Amino acid sequence: MSGMSTKAIEAERLTKTFASGNKRVRAVRGLDVRVDPGELVAFLGPNGAGKTTSLRLLTTLLPPTEGAARVAGRDVRTEPAAVRHRIGYVGQMNSAGHNQRVRDEIVMQGRFYGIDKNAAAQRADSLLESLELGWVANRMVSSLSGGQRRRLDIAMGLVHAPSLLFLDEPSTGLDPQSRANLWRHILRLREEYDTTVFMTTHYLDEADQFAERVMVMDHGRVIADDTPSGLKANLIGERVVLEFDSHHEAERALPHLREYGSATGFQAPVHHDRTVELPVPAAGSCLPKIVLALERAGVPARSTETKRPTLDDVFFVLTGRTLRDTGVSAPTETSETEEETP
Amino acid sequence: MTTRTDHTTVPTPRLRNGRTHPNNVQADVWLVFLRELRPVLRDPLSIVFGLLQPLVFVGLFMPLLSSFSAGELDLHWFVPGVLVMVSLFATASTGSNLQFDMHTGAHERTLVLPLRRGPLLIGRALKEMVPLTVQACVLILITLPFGFLPNPVGALLGLVILAGFGVGFGALSYALALAVKNQDWMFWTIQQAVLFPLMILSGMLLPLEQGPGWMRVVAAFNPLSYIVEAERALFAGRFGWEAVWGAVAAAVVVLIGLFVGTRAMRRA
Repeated sequence: MSGMSTKAIEAERLTKTFASGNKRVRAVRGLDVRVDPGELVAFLGPNGAGKTTSLRLLTTLLPPTEGAARVAGRDVRTEPAAVRHRIGYVGQMNSAGHNQRVRDEIVMQGRFYGIDKNAAAQRADSLLESLELGWVANRMVSSLSGGQRRRLDIAMGLVHAPSLLFLDEPSTGLDPQSRANLWRHILRLREEYDTTVFMTTHYLDEADQFAERVMVMDHGRVIADDTPSGLKANLIGERVVLEFDSHHEAERALPHLREYGSATGFQAPVHHDRTVELPVPAAGSCLPKIVLALERAGVPARSTETKRPTLDDVFFVLTGRTLRDTGVSAPTETSETEEETP
Repeated sequence: MTTRTDHTTVPTPRLRNGRTHPNNVQADVWLVFLRELRPVLRDPLSIVFGLLQPLVFVGLFMPLLSSFSAGELDLHWFVPGVLVMVSLFATASTGSNLQFDMHTGAHERTLVLPLRRGPLLIGRALKEMVPLTVQACVLILITLPFGFLPNPVGALLGLVILAGFGVGFGALSYALALAVKNQDWMFWTIQQAVLFPLMILSGMLLPLEQGPGWMRVVAAFNPLSYIVEAERALFAGRFGWEAVWGAVAAAVVVLIGLFVGTRAMRRA
């Protein structure tokens, strides 16, 4: 790894193997990650893909079996304390002790980072205000709602104004309104502090809307890494769906559709019974031409539809699963689907 | 990294040259201790409720014992033993607090802080002194009107030994919690399996002098036996070898507890 590195995260061939009985489970297999300062990266993958293990490696909660990583400029293996000093971490669970008071926990979190008492108190008050927790400042953590608890987690993760913030499924379990609220806070705080954000999420719409970059992980490896729009354009593209009167009609229309298909040709038209799904460069402008051409050829379409890709489609193409199913569906390979954490 | 405009009034202190942690070891211990102590101080009644069981022993068991021994085993024999029981029971279950923090995620969060692992355990264990000392004092106060008259200096030294034992035993309880991870049932099973034999084989409730020989042999290896003897001696104002051996036994429990506990925390 170059000594001149100014990357927020730089991981090379990061590998984590767990012993499980006689079996060795490779939860993370040769992870390469490079994240620039200021980026907002969403880390996606089905359950058991190795996301949480990766995050635990990068945040020094687990030592890697092989490979190396520099996080916030420090080596996770040789300088874990220095890494911890520089990063913020919001885990899947709650950060605050349930028998503690909200404000006390934020102040103490600051003091753990070496901020003196008064400064930590001042900082806690400004975070309480900006995360709309001021009115529960003296309440017990156990009495907070799920959304309030999550915002408290974020406040604690930000108390030392880290340049790099790790979030493990920050919005899981929140209702849509709390999710939107939480995101407003994350984005605003990011704008204020120019923080690099590296997060895992289960919600593809979130990643689509907020992330500048999406990494998809499956079976312990990163299998895609691009902007959300890049992933959608390159992996799926836009499509036109045409319905005909019969299977036979649809078949007759196929030759006339060839010239409108995407030049990249990564996907052939899909013919299923009376419908044909055709990948095209730009669905909106192609559709009128296609309809006219079919009319002239004597195989008119009965109904039409344009389809724009979602990250769900991308996810399905990449992993063969939809993200919503992954909690319950049978995983494809047993070796990677063991518990992610030991 | 780019220079960022800092809107915060509080910049994080940068690590000075050669330093690996923002606070020194004592500060780490102090902060963890302070944080653990806070819920206890806010809810002092919970400390007093912990006295219920020892008081039942004093109120219901002691009169029986006294009759059986024709008055020979009185408050002065029994109360010091119950004080050891207080410190044993108060600290043996403290690992479950850590288990709760492991369930909620609060424990994981502390592992990502720039805190040393040792103080994470030591600060918690040191906090155990506070509730147990308060409990012991309240129990002594309650028994005073019934004729319990301890030697003040001896009582003070006795409380110091108890506090030390509590720190060590609390550390072991935390170590157990870390070892069994999320399996609560395992924690309680092991805890109970250890607690009662330790208690009975210390001569805390009944004198072992009249017990079978093998029991006395086993009790000789139980550090708690020496602490119980020391407490009885000190509260009666005898400052001899009994007290010294009790202090040594407490010191051994502290050393073992902190060593095992710190190791467990490093592996967490």
